[in-house]
Amino acid sequence: MLICGLSLLVIVGVIVYELALHSKLSWKAFGLSFFTGRDWDPVLGSFGALPFIYGTVVSSLIALILAVPMAVGVAIFVTEMCPRPLRAPLSFLTELLAAIPSVVYGLWGIFVLAPLLREQVQPALARYAGWTGLFEGPPYGVGMLAAGVILAIMIVPIITSITREVMLAVPRHQREAVLALGATRWEMVRVGVLRNARAGIMGAIILGLGRALGETMAVTMVIGNRAEIAKSLFAPGYTMASVIANEFSEATEDLYLSALVEIGLALFLVTIIVNALARLLVWSVTRGVPARVHAQ
Amino acid sequence: MRNNGSYQSSRLTALRRRLSNSIATAISATMVALVLVPLLAIFGYLVIRGIGAVDWAFLTHTPKPVGEVGGGMANAIVGSGLILLIASSIGVPLGIGAGIYLAEYGRGQVASVLRFTADVLNGVPSIVMGIVAYSLVVLAQGHFSAFSGGVALGIMMIPTITRATEEVMLMVPNSVREAALGLGIARWRTTVSITLRTATAGVITGVMLAFARVAGETAPLLFTAFGNQFWNLDPNQPTAALPLQIFTYAISPFDEWHRQAWAGALVLIALIVGTVAVVRLVARRGVFQGAS
Repeated sequence: MLICGLSLLVIVGVIVYELALHSKLSWKAFGLSFFTGRDWDPVLGSFGALPFIYGTVVSSLIALILAVPMAVGVAIFVTEMCPRPLRAPLSFLTELLAAIPSVVYGLWGIFVLAPLLREQVQPALARYAGWTGLFEGPPYGVGMLAAGVILAIMIVPIITSITREVMLAVPRHQREAVLALGATRWEMVRVGVLRNARAGIMGAIILGLGRALGETMAVTMVIGNRAEIAKSLFAPGYTMASVIANEFSEATEDLYLSALVEIGLALFLVTIIVNALARLLVWSVTRGVPARVHAQ
Repeated sequence: MRNNGSYQSSRLTALRRRLSNSIATAISATMVALVLVPLLAIFGYLVIRGIGAVDWAFLTHTPKPVGEVGGGMANAIVGSGLILLIASSIGVPLGIGAGIYLAEYGRGQVASVLRFTADVLNGVPSIVMGIVAYSLVVLAQGHFSAFSGGVALGIMMIPTITRATEEVMLMVPNSVREAALGLGIARWRTTVSITLRTATAGVITGVMLAFARVAGETAPLLFTAFGNQFWNLDPNQPTAALPLQIFTYAISPFDEWHRQAWAGALVLIALIVGTVAVVRLVARRGVFQGAS
């Protein structure tokens, strides 16, 4: 049994080793300038990962901006406000979103979401918010905005379920004390629950961020895959995960392959740091609460 | 006068508080609706576009060349089965073993390091797992194979199974263990025949959830299993997989392939949601509650 346990350590060790080994060539050739270079040209053998880093960060931020209010709203409604019989079905439905595979989100994104954005949403955004410079240029449908929207839908369930978990970890007497002072339900939630759970909710959001950073297929299918940095969210972009997905099996030269593996290593390290931070925050709220038996 | 004024202002405050309560309730209910819209839209489109395209040929034939109507994804469905079989035979024993260790023997630093490692592994992006399986297996073998895809997915199953196994085994009351040990049964025997037996339903739940999670994975298979237009049951050869086939067809420019992509997605989601639903049903029946 210990061997099985230690195999976890070995696997993580092997992941780090393999990624480091195969990215050495690119690391030696470019050093830190790999992460600041804007040029990605496999033919000339010049590799800079900045457009992909930019695409990953921006698409994940759009996703967070859209998903956090939805996810926290759903968690508040389901744990504190909704009639008891609705609780189980509603949380089942949000968890159903988590069961949909990434590639199915991508399929839906290509054929349903992108046309909707192109014909309805983007023209409206350009008309009313075009002055910000974020919403200009031809509305392709696919692009940074589409990637952000699809990521938002995908990370709602994880943020919701962790937020619910930390909210349920807030002791019942906190709620009762606030209600006994004559508070309305919303005041009870705000003062009694959210204030106590905020570190954990922050953790839930960061966990969602970690999920968004590493998400591959759905993003690859709707982001447009162009290695450019553009201010407008209508423009196509590229993420770290998608460039690996698209180019890894075509990378014939050692340096090209090595550059892709280095992007993978960077992605791995960032998601580990993000996840560790998130776990720490969630743990700061739920520690001391005995492992909960899930009712459904 | 003053009394009247404060009476007025307190009435205003009460009104304001009631109003903000209603607004907050309305907003959070709206958020629920906003989340349900894409859910319904996705399932709606899957059913509408997919159901007409799933026919007998789709389930029994291999893909036709570009431009020809018909054909199916039978080889991809079987290929997915093969890859998942390999993945399960790697992920299930290791995952359950690690879970047993954490629940029964795990104390102190080693256990917390392992728990943290499982969480780390859980957060590794699936595309990175593909790179690792590529450099471990594909480079060593010299060609793409079902086996390498199985390795990638198998590793991804481990953390889910580990944490689920640990959780349900910790729920077995200590008195049960003590009773067995009191009868003079060896520690390992108690763990396997008594504790694990008691927690079986919960462990199976964890395994099924891990299975459902990796069944739809595409990214780790792109450069491991790679895909194949023909039948293949040899673990050492490139193999088609349902999610891969959906991806290839979805980004192609052909209407016929788009139709089949929707059909494939419907079959895939039926497989996954079916698994999750069975798990939930078993869990709710009270056979064993936990590990969700």
